[in-house]
Amino acid sequence: MYDGGKIIPGLIIFVLFITFPIWYNRGNAGTVPQPELPKNYKQCVLPDADMRAEHMQLLNRWRDQVLRTGDRSFDVKIGDTMYQKSLMNTCMQCHTSKKKFCDRCHTYASVKPYCWDCHVAPVE
Amino acid sequence: MSREGGYIQMDKKRRDFLKIAGATTLAGLGGPAVVERLVTGTSPAQARAGHGEHPVAHGAKTHTAASGHEDNNAPTGRRLGMVVDLRKLRKQPELMEKIVHACHAEHNVPHFPNKKDEIKWIWRTKFENAFPEHSDYYKDKLTIAGDVLVLCNHCDEPPCVKACPTRATFKNKDGIVAMDYHRCIGCRFCMAACPYGSRSFNWRDPRAGLDMNHINHRFPTRMRGVVEKCNFCAERVGLGKQPKCVEVCGSTKAMIFGDLNDPDSEIRQVLKDNFTIQRKPSAGTHPSVFYIV
Repeated sequence: MYDGGKIIPGLIIFVLFITFPIWYNRGNAGTVPQPELPKNYKQCVLPDADMRAEHMQLLNRWRDQVLRTGDRSFDVKIGDTMYQKSLMNTCMQCHTSKKKFCDRCHTYASVKPYCWDCHVAPVE
Repeated sequence: MSREGGYIQMDKKRRDFLKIAGATTLAGLGGPAVVERLVTGTSPAQARAGHGEHPVAHGAKTHTAASGHEDNNAPTGRRLGMVVDLRKLRKQPELMEKIVHACHAEHNVPHFPNKKDEIKWIWRTKFENAFPEHSDYYKDKLTIAGDVLVLCNHCDEPPCVKACPTRATFKNKDGIVAMDYHRCIGCRFCMAACPYGSRSFNWRDPRAGLDMNHINHRFPTRMRGVVEKCNFCAERVGLGKQPKCVEVCGSTKAMIFGDLNDPDSEIRQVLKDNFTIQRKPSAGTHPSVFYIV
């Protein structure tokens, strides 16, 4: 190989450079987002783990049931109370801060849900 | 076998072929019409008579069946409708203004001064614009002076629903022509299809035309690039309430809302007691909004 003495160290430096974020942050998951939970309520629609994983499917299901099937019944049970299927009128009544609840994880995961293009976040 | 014999045989075959071909062509052209007539027992002209009939005839029909279809189709399910009593509204234009304002406040309908950007769910218009098919020579004073309150007709045969390529607009189980803004791609086919101009397009971010500190926090806004219109207050009706406009009218009974398919409903009683007209009956859309003029 011609100029191997330059090429091989050059390649090593290049690989180290582009993998910089991986080895520099090794063993460090970064700051895990801490969404602020409502203080007065202990329970949500589903258990915590299910809510964390599936709240988007749940919201889509609610949307289709309410809007397209026209099922606006109060059939969401949280604790002993029945609620209607609604983002603005049910979810955000407990989770009163979009910034401190929704946005913390969404920003961390770099997802930009379009809910808030139309739905109105609570006043903060 | 001679050569001559061969030619004769061939001529016969050609004659047979032409006969069969002719008969087949005739059967193909005329056959379906004959069969249809034999099966239905009516001529095509009579079968078409259900469409584009005179409003009076249609109105009368609606009084008995209230389906907007032919009488022999017994109505099933709910079909929500409205009666707008223009006799009462003309006397109090301030009530009309109040209705428009209440509806637009309830549903976060933005206000843009530029006519091109205008969004409207319910609004006032001149009689000749609301009922362009109505023929007159000299109008009476009330018709000239008074406006007509117009909104989406929630047609039984909604052309907007047929035009929508994404099914963002659809007829729900209550007969309401609803919008699913999540699915609207803003193609505006529905606006072209609607004979009543009931639909508005969000050319601009609707939140720019709203006072965001004073909006209704129980109902969403829309986003730029979707078409919107009156939803017959589906979100209120679903909870057993009356539409906002009807609620504002209150005891004046200037607007009456109810199930057109329920013979015992208040709206059916009003339709029975009053002569009503629909907008542009010749469009064949069978509106669910009726006017007492």
